[in-house]
Amino acid sequence: MKSFIALVRARTLEFVRDRGTFFWNLLFPMILVFGFALALSDPSPTVFTVALAGDAPVELDFISIEQIDFVRYDLESGETMASVVERVRRHELDMAIDFEQQQFFLNTENHTSPLIRRIFEDSVLRDRMNGIEVPVFVEREISGQPIRYVDWVVPGVIGMNMLFSCLFGVGFVLVRYRKNGVLKRLKATPVSAFTFVSAQAASRLMIVLATSIFVFAGTNAFLNFTMEGSYLSLLIVTTLAIICMISIGLLFASRLKSEELAGGLMNLVSFPMIIGSGVFFSLETAPEALRIASRVLPLTHFVEASRAVMIEGAGIVAILPNLLALSAFSIVFVAASALVFRWD
Amino acid sequence: MQNILEVQDLVKHYRQVCAVDGISFSLAEGMCFGLLGPNGAGKTTTIEIMEGILKPDRGQILYRGRPIDSEFKKRAGIQFQNTSLPDHLTVSETIRLFQSFYPEPRPFNEIVEICSLSDILSRDNKKLSGGQRQRLLLAIAIVPQPDLVFLDEPTTGLDPQARRNFWDLIRRIQTEGATIVLTTHYMDEAHMLCDQIGIMDHGKMLEIDAPQAMLDRHFEGVLVRIPFDEPKRIDFPLPEGTVVRNDAIELTSTRLDETVRRLITLGLSLDGLSVHKPTLEDLFIKLTGNTLRA
Repeated sequence: MKSFIALVRARTLEFVRDRGTFFWNLLFPMILVFGFALALSDPSPTVFTVALAGDAPVELDFISIEQIDFVRYDLESGETMASVVERVRRHELDMAIDFEQQQFFLNTENHTSPLIRRIFEDSVLRDRMNGIEVPVFVEREISGQPIRYVDWVVPGVIGMNMLFSCLFGVGFVLVRYRKNGVLKRLKATPVSAFTFVSAQAASRLMIVLATSIFVFAGTNAFLNFTMEGSYLSLLIVTTLAIICMISIGLLFASRLKSEELAGGLMNLVSFPMIIGSGVFFSLETAPEALRIASRVLPLTHFVEASRAVMIEGAGIVAILPNLLALSAFSIVFVAASALVFRWD
Repeated sequence: MQNILEVQDLVKHYRQVCAVDGISFSLAEGMCFGLLGPNGAGKTTTIEIMEGILKPDRGQILYRGRPIDSEFKKRAGIQFQNTSLPDHLTVSETIRLFQSFYPEPRPFNEIVEICSLSDILSRDNKKLSGGQRQRLLLAIAIVPQPDLVFLDEPTTGLDPQARRNFWDLIRRIQTEGATIVLTTHYMDEAHMLCDQIGIMDHGKMLEIDAPQAMLDRHFEGVLVRIPFDEPKRIDFPLPEGTVVRNDAIELTSTRLDETVRRLITLGLSLDGLSVHKPTLEDLFIKLTGNTLRA
């Protein structure tokens, strides 16, 4: 019993004294819980999601229904009615009301359409009975199959896999090489740090690109993903995203000496990134702050761009902002890691 | 002979600890120089500054009269004290990897032959024995066809046979014209291999000379040792120059018969008396003391 207590004590002290691991074990679950709480915070359970485009001419009774989640689109700030309608077609929205043209859109292939049409028409009728002058809204029927969740989530899953593979494959290995003296031995050769590090990165790029293609092709063979855009665009955005994630791994690997700390920090980065990048669920209804924060996460840009290519058939020009963001992140991370890199 | 390396007034601190405290010496081309000293004396710090791995706080290293630069890296072969090898690579892959780092690497077959690696070429680095590992590390060190080879405790932990094999390797590299710098804890090794040794302690160089010359300077004659249970309690006068150790008394003698006669007249029991020629080990203990270091 004495030795048991002594061993428990020794192991506990070891754990507490290894600060990196200790804080990591405390912080990580908390971040995870807060992250999910923030992303999924939804105080009023809603039944339908309806887009409101333009300004309502009068106070509509319909808009006061609490069980409907209203998403307002400002048509003057870039959003087009066509893109809103496209969301109705993909079943992301149940209905879209265009106040400017006084029309509303319903998807005939969405089973909620008859119900929401009735609610809308009834509430307009009630408004009129209460003496409110409600203009006549013309119904426009559109049709389209919903996007399967798997089509939507596959870029996220591949992106997540890329993220782990790049962070740990580059970061962890370099930290271990630093710790066990392999890097020191290389320092004693004429090889430059740049050559060595870029070789590591190139090797990882090939590996991760190959595995991503393999995973995509392998699952695609069975699930036959929606692919509206070109494979070339997808390849370009994937390559850029891998480079970007490798550069994050390099930043971690640039001077850390403890594998535990490096592992902890990489988890600290990767998990919030997965939660905040809309890998598993759309950020569309997430709080504004989270949506803004998600713009600085490289994974967001990969997931967004690859979804755009696969689901919307977006070309290079359409996803250019994402590609530029990924490139910019890569340059910043690579430059930062080159600045702080140490052999020992 | 021309000096290949000049070590000038090196100083290196680690926080409060002065690891190397104003060391200067030079190495003639083609020699084997041994750096000796107790653990923590500053040997590894000194050798790593000489290798260009560590930056000294003060002082400099001149390689063929010029401060060490990238050219030096191409001409120096280095074996660290504790080096891991890249994971999951075989012996031949490791050698070829290091060959790729140098503009004019030594041919693969030559390296394999010198270091007797032909039997283990396809073995994983992780599965090597201690001796095989050291041979591979030496192989890596001689990849650049170095004219300077640094070996930091190359034979520590090896069995006597492996050590002797390793000595043959070092001698062979030396006969090819390379200058060798090695640190070791084995005095017999230093005596066997080194043309010159430097004994360090507390960051300072205590002495530098050829092993035999150093011995001749410090010891005259032979070393006589008589074991005692409690030598501190000897209360009669001992011959001049006698050293009282914890378990024995030691004295040097140029005329053994006279010394023994004198000890007998003192009434000392000569049970267990031993006589041997002083070795580097004796000198090492004499210079660095024999108290335990923290």
